[in-house]
Amino acid sequence: MAPNTAPIGSSPPAPVSPFQRRLITPEGLDLRLTLASAGERASALVLDLIIMALALAALTLSSFALGLGVGAGGREVVAMIWLIGGFLLRNGYFVVFELGARAATPGKRALGLRVVSRDGGRLTAEAIFTRNALRELEVFLPLSLLPGAAFAGDTVDAVMVWLAVIWSGAFLLFPLFNRDRLRVGDLVAGTWVVRAPRVTLLADLAQDAVRTLPRFAFTTVQTDAYGVKELEILEEVLRRGDARSMVLVAQRIRAKIGFFQPPGETDEAFLAAFYAALRARLEHRLLFGHRRKDKFDKA
Amino acid sequence: MSGLELRSHRFRLEREADWRRLEALLGKAERRRATALSEDELIALPLLYRAAVSSLSVARATSLDSALITYLEGLVTRAYFFVYGARTRLRERLAHFFRVDWPSAVRSLWRETAVSGLILLAATLVGYILVSRDADWYGSIMPGEMTQGRDPTASTAFLKAVLYDAHGKTGLSGFAAFLFTHNAQIAIFAFALGFAFCVPTALLVAQNGLGLGALLALYASRGLGWPLGGWLVIHGATELFATVLAGAAGFRIGWAVMFPGSRSRLEAVAAAGRGAGAAMAGVVIMLIFAGILEGIGRQLIQVDVVRWLIGGATLCVWLGYFYLPRRALD
Repeated sequence: MAPNTAPIGSSPPAPVSPFQRRLITPEGLDLRLTLASAGERASALVLDLIIMALALAALTLSSFALGLGVGAGGREVVAMIWLIGGFLLRNGYFVVFELGARAATPGKRALGLRVVSRDGGRLTAEAIFTRNALRELEVFLPLSLLPGAAFAGDTVDAVMVWLAVIWSGAFLLFPLFNRDRLRVGDLVAGTWVVRAPRVTLLADLAQDAVRTLPRFAFTTVQTDAYGVKELEILEEVLRRGDARSMVLVAQRIRAKIGFFQPPGETDEAFLAAFYAALRARLEHRLLFGHRRKDKFDKA
Repeated sequence: MSGLELRSHRFRLEREADWRRLEALLGKAERRRATALSEDELIALPLLYRAAVSSLSVARATSLDSALITYLEGLVTRAYFFVYGARTRLRERLAHFFRVDWPSAVRSLWRETAVSGLILLAATLVGYILVSRDADWYGSIMPGEMTQGRDPTASTAFLKAVLYDAHGKTGLSGFAAFLFTHNAQIAIFAFALGFAFCVPTALLVAQNGLGLGALLALYASRGLGWPLGGWLVIHGATELFATVLAGAAGFRIGWAVMFPGSRSRLEAVAAAGRGAGAAMAGVVIMLIFAGILEGIGRQLIQVDVVRWLIGGATLCVWLGYFYLPRRALD
């Protein structure tokens, strides 16, 4: 992350977040990918396992129904379909979905995640196969050991089985012990899982507020009281639209900048107008190469 | 401030239609296939993507509308993976896998394959020697459910009958499917276990070899070595080769975890994983053949010589396919 490797056009320094990773496109833009959190990964996995269990139940029930309907000769075909279907489900579910355009299983899609090659290149079929073959070690090995552990009683065997469960649990919990949240499969396949949610474009808060701006007439000294961080908080307060916090925030701002509310104006109108004025001021300074981080930023 | 409008707002108004169009095209391509896009749309997509990239870098430098920047980052990320993602068709991908990727992945694993093969061979020898010296070893080597009555107490006639039992000739395809799914699951498991510093993989390969040696010793002691060989080799040439390769792929990964060499451990393991993954995908294909040979071929073909011939021929095919030198295709 040496500054001299930053490409042209990425002038503002990347915000520091422990889970943000660089991916420089050929156009020289840093996509600033955010890694999926362990909680998101776990939820996606649980969703996928539920879907797989439902699919397996459906496969079993339909095979059973089919097996009742046909004679002994047909039953063999049904058994074969069930065996192959189960095998494909266990080994193919993740692979097929991750090979698709969105590189994500339904569980990952639901959480807005996708699989990405760590080096920023193409996600190859080999990588997808490898990362999912290792699920045998991470997910299915502990799952298959657990029933044995539950019924082993208190013999020496039980101790051995529980030791094996703990040993296999180390692979399951692997993502918690490295800073890239890599699963063993990710590590071996050279992939990681990032957030790629579908974002809807929210309306621009300044759109209407600029019209009310003349009624408030903030001075430059007043708009210089805050920086980008405060602007973002103000935006959040306005978007949430909670009346009580708007009253509080409006009072705080008025006290800080020494502003007297014109009669007949609401707190919301004041905040919206101040947002527009502050953003105009900060963007103006940005154009002159000045990104004022927060209110303590004196520069 | 210029009049009643923010510059960043005007910037957004001027470009928003293009972003929306890109979003719509991406949605269409992701929902269905890339082929769902018309020719015009396919040409427009990269242009719209580049426009969005430039919008994002301008917005980051000049706009403080965080909703806008979040939106553009999401949009550009989605578009990036679409524009620069793999665009080859499935058929081309498969053809390339069979012509280049699979054999070359197996070739590059030759060292691990040799080690894995030696472990299997040594374990077979050990199993053979142990059981020929003392038949009691048989019970400890072969797990109960594996023997299916084939143990030292069985009569020679029974042992011989097992070799030519045709399973009533029905249920063969189901049997083949069972064998394939069972073996493939174990092979994938052995591969995954390689990550745990090779040891569990080596144990699995050795266990295979011990059982094989024990069975050979049992049958050889009754003078049934040759027919048992035929019974095993018809599918075993493929299945054991696949086992050895699965072990080799696991070793490659475990070795990179332990000894990454001059690269960082992460890079070394990822490089090992990619090569091993291609070989493993091939192992699954080999096991499909092995399942068919064992589940159907062996039951229908009852002549020892033919079984031996088929086993030898499949081995030659695999060896030739993997190791014969060929012109570089890529």
